[in-house]
Amino acid sequence: MPEQFQPDQQVDRVADIHGTRTPHAKGTVWPARVDQYLDPGVEESDVERWVQSACLLCSNGCGVDIAVKAGAMVGVRGRATDVVNHGRLGPKGLYGSTRWASAGDRLTTPLVRQGGRLVESDWETAMGRIVERSRALLDEKGPLSHGFYTSGQLFLEEYYALAVIGKAGIGTPHMDGNTRLCTATAAAAFKESFGADGQPGSYTDIEHCDAVFLYGHNMPETQTVLWARILDRTRGDDPPVVVCVDPRRTLVAREAERTGGVHLAPRVGTNLALMNGLTRELFEHGWVDDDWVAAHTLGVDDLREVVAPFTPERVATVCGVDADDVRRAARIFGESGSVLSTVLQGFYQSHQATAASVAVNNLHLLRGMIGRPGAGILQMNGQPTAQNNRECGADGDLPGFRNWDNEAHVKQLAEAWDVDPMVIPHWAPPTHAMQIFSYAETGSIGFLWISATNPAVSMPEAARIRRILQGDQCFVVVQDLFLTETAELADVVLPAAGWGEKTGCFTNVNRTVHLSEQAVEPPGEARSDLDIFLMYADRMGFTNQSGQPLISWRTSEEVFDAWAAVTAGRPVDYTGLSYEKLRGPSGIPWPVNDEHPDGTDRLYADAVFPTDTDVCETYGHDLATGGTVSEAEHRASAPAGRAFLKGAAYSPPHELPSDDFPLLYTTGRTVYHFHTRTKTGRSRDLDRAAPDAWVELSAHDAAERGIEEGDWVRVESPRGAIEVRARVGQVMPGAVFAPFHYGHWQPDADAAPDAGHRLANELTMTVWDPVSKQPTFKTAACQVTRLRDGDGPAPAPTTAASAPAGPSRRRPRPTAGGGPTTSQVLAETPTYPLDPAQGDS
Amino acid sequence: MPHLTTYLGLADRSEETLADSFRAIGEGHADVADVFHTCGMLAGWSDEHRTALAPVVERYGEAEVDEPDRLHAAGLAEARPGEIGLLRDLQDLHVLASLVQTTWMVVAQGAQGLRDPELLRVAQEAGEQTARQITWLGTRIKVAAPQALIVAP
Repeated sequence: MPEQFQPDQQVDRVADIHGTRTPHAKGTVWPARVDQYLDPGVEESDVERWVQSACLLCSNGCGVDIAVKAGAMVGVRGRATDVVNHGRLGPKGLYGSTRWASAGDRLTTPLVRQGGRLVESDWETAMGRIVERSRALLDEKGPLSHGFYTSGQLFLEEYYALAVIGKAGIGTPHMDGNTRLCTATAAAAFKESFGADGQPGSYTDIEHCDAVFLYGHNMPETQTVLWARILDRTRGDDPPVVVCVDPRRTLVAREAERTGGVHLAPRVGTNLALMNGLTRELFEHGWVDDDWVAAHTLGVDDLREVVAPFTPERVATVCGVDADDVRRAARIFGESGSVLSTVLQGFYQSHQATAASVAVNNLHLLRGMIGRPGAGILQMNGQPTAQNNRECGADGDLPGFRNWDNEAHVKQLAEAWDVDPMVIPHWAPPTHAMQIFSYAETGSIGFLWISATNPAVSMPEAARIRRILQGDQCFVVVQDLFLTETAELADVVLPAAGWGEKTGCFTNVNRTVHLSEQAVEPPGEARSDLDIFLMYADRMGFTNQSGQPLISWRTSEEVFDAWAAVTAGRPVDYTGLSYEKLRGPSGIPWPVNDEHPDGTDRLYADAVFPTDTDVCETYGHDLATGGTVSEAEHRASAPAGRAFLKGAAYSPPHELPSDDFPLLYTTGRTVYHFHTRTKTGRSRDLDRAAPDAWVELSAHDAAERGIEEGDWVRVESPRGAIEVRARVGQVMPGAVFAPFHYGHWQPDADAAPDAGHRLANELTMTVWDPVSKQPTFKTAACQVTRLRDGDGPAPAPTTAASAPAGPSRRRPRPTAGGGPTTSQVLAETPTYPLDPAQGDS
Repeated sequence: MPHLTTYLGLADRSEETLADSFRAIGEGHADVADVFHTCGMLAGWSDEHRTALAPVVERYGEAEVDEPDRLHAAGLAEARPGEIGLLRDLQDLHVLASLVQTTWMVVAQGAQGLRDPELLRVAQEAGEQTARQITWLGTRIKVAAPQALIVAP
């Protein structure tokens, strides 16, 4: 089959997001296609070195080599031998991976606030101020005065070093990452159902499934390479049926229609009602594998009772979907041999997030569809290193998926670190991000250190977050590549080295661990986040019980080895991994240990779950309130390796439409940007494709308000407003979509007339899920009013879910114009370790 | 059965007090988002318990007799300010909810003795939900306590 493709095709990957199709039949290996991008003027023969890494611009974790010329990163190439991407890269990875590194506005020296202004300084002064403030607060108020807010962008070694500093050095429970905004619900759903975090499924499930369910997951824009992998199945022989749950008519929805599947567009905030309806259908039609459920799960009777009221008709009323569509979707789930489910922000950042995501796990457990090729669950992550934040405990959890409520687990860490167990905060669940900012608001936390994230743009109710960061009640340290909207408000700003400028590991959704090697030197005085944390630890003089320095590591490899040792015997077992092993042809999925020396493609093949009371990461929660289950209650339920089936009743969202605010506001992503555009905004190819903010309305709601494509509109909620241009687009009537990427920073000041009033989080609410504590970005009431004529179409892309609804007076030009990339389908597909399509062959 | 009707009245009124108090505390701490929303939801649960109990009260009648003083708990009319205030408010709610829980336990015992399945179901289901209210309060108190005691301004 591969010879039908021309080698070295030139492709504009802004216009052609997913690249050349390589269709293949069910059960066969996904062909390899190597995508490459080099800066204009750079020929392949100019590249001096290719340096092994993995892509950091979405959560997919594609293996990549970085092209180096004259000490600079000049491009990237997908690694053909990597299990994750088989050589492919997406538009963000191709155009956005390296450009930021040489941007003229990199931070190259520390900055300190003097007379109200940030001025250039040096490391001695900046770190001196940090340590002085930190010591003074520890003396005066103790460890609870300190908070750390990190990212899904740092490396494993950086999270682990910070976790040890925070938990064993200072002893504060106030540590979290922006992973709270993107993946906290994925982790929470796993813990509730299976006892511990850890992705059960594998990307290889795509090759073997008969149906793919995407729940609130706009994969064609958020993980483009994974979507290419699905398209290569849906366009090949014996394709799977696609079912899409999304209030927008995304590319997933169109693929669902094309494959004979279903597009369910539930009203914003009603996911759990829909899930309860689907679950009820499984019971009603006898699609439950009763023997498997009896042997491997707990709680089926309670679940049956909870979902009983959710008839398809009731679901139709609550969610605004067709009752027969609910029946059809349930039938596809109930009758397919193997189903792969993926879940993302449409569930995680919406109302009743954990309960709705757990419901996806429930559907698989009810049918016993877990642990075999094609029958998988991917509770996706939003970021490339989010998994490591969860594993290492920089998000407040205890390292190695240990249970804060289990004294034996705490003791293991105390022994590893040689500290008194009482130092390690474990008296309550860790403090989540929103609570950390609340404490910082009152000055109860007086020292907040923010690394590699931009909460001034990404957190809900932006005006409040700016107030907190700006105020005198809390000393704020920001460590980043650029002077972000958040860094502008800090007391001390530290210049960090980025991807390619430092060495470390990270782990993707698929549990696949990659080593990312340093390719070039960081600019000016910028230092790696690890070096900065170690510098702080040295200056603070943290010691262990033996009086030795708590932290003596000097290289990332030393931290990695210490981390691997602390995972021994835990579900997230890295003991079989080393830098040397990771320098091989492919990333390797954990657990990697004596039993699984080459890694593990999917978990729970034996249907034994880490739910045993002495093993589990949590004793669980009441999904409705977040109240914690006690050890005694957990032990009494005698889970012994069985999974939990947990249900919850639907409750209406916290803010319902009213006369003043009749529409439902939801925020989200576009394919051309990642996060707050810190990197993607500095790539001209990506920036031009989506240069400015917009808002999407249905044709019905637009017509009712006299709004045409490209008109300036005001979008207002009870908390704030934005003024941007309108795309009459593909959201369901009653819903309004705004991309969350745009703060006031702009690479080209002339190009954004609305930079001061386009931040989508001005409108969102301060409210979070009771279990995962993930903020709810996707349910707020709003109103849209027309301000004035636009002078052209909205600056929204036409290529994906933001495509216009139909013809209009101001017709947008098709989004295109990415620089040339090359793409080569390999005649011979490499052998991938653990790939079931190649197994035993 | 004068004492059963006393207890039915107590269950009804203490749930009412609990619901009102959840609302007062939730609204009084509206800036603490999870407390605001969860208290509102848990107040709704107490309302539902009263609705479920209503037909039984209809059957047995509610005692007109004066409630013994010791079976009465005052509600919380308004929230105390600050983090330490929140801690105390949650503790007060915990006390109230415990009274509600033991009341349902007593009523359930009565229902057993009377062989009244409707009352037994109402009392058991309400009692189980009250336990969930108490669990949340306990969890939230544990989270709030260290910060409130040691560092709150």
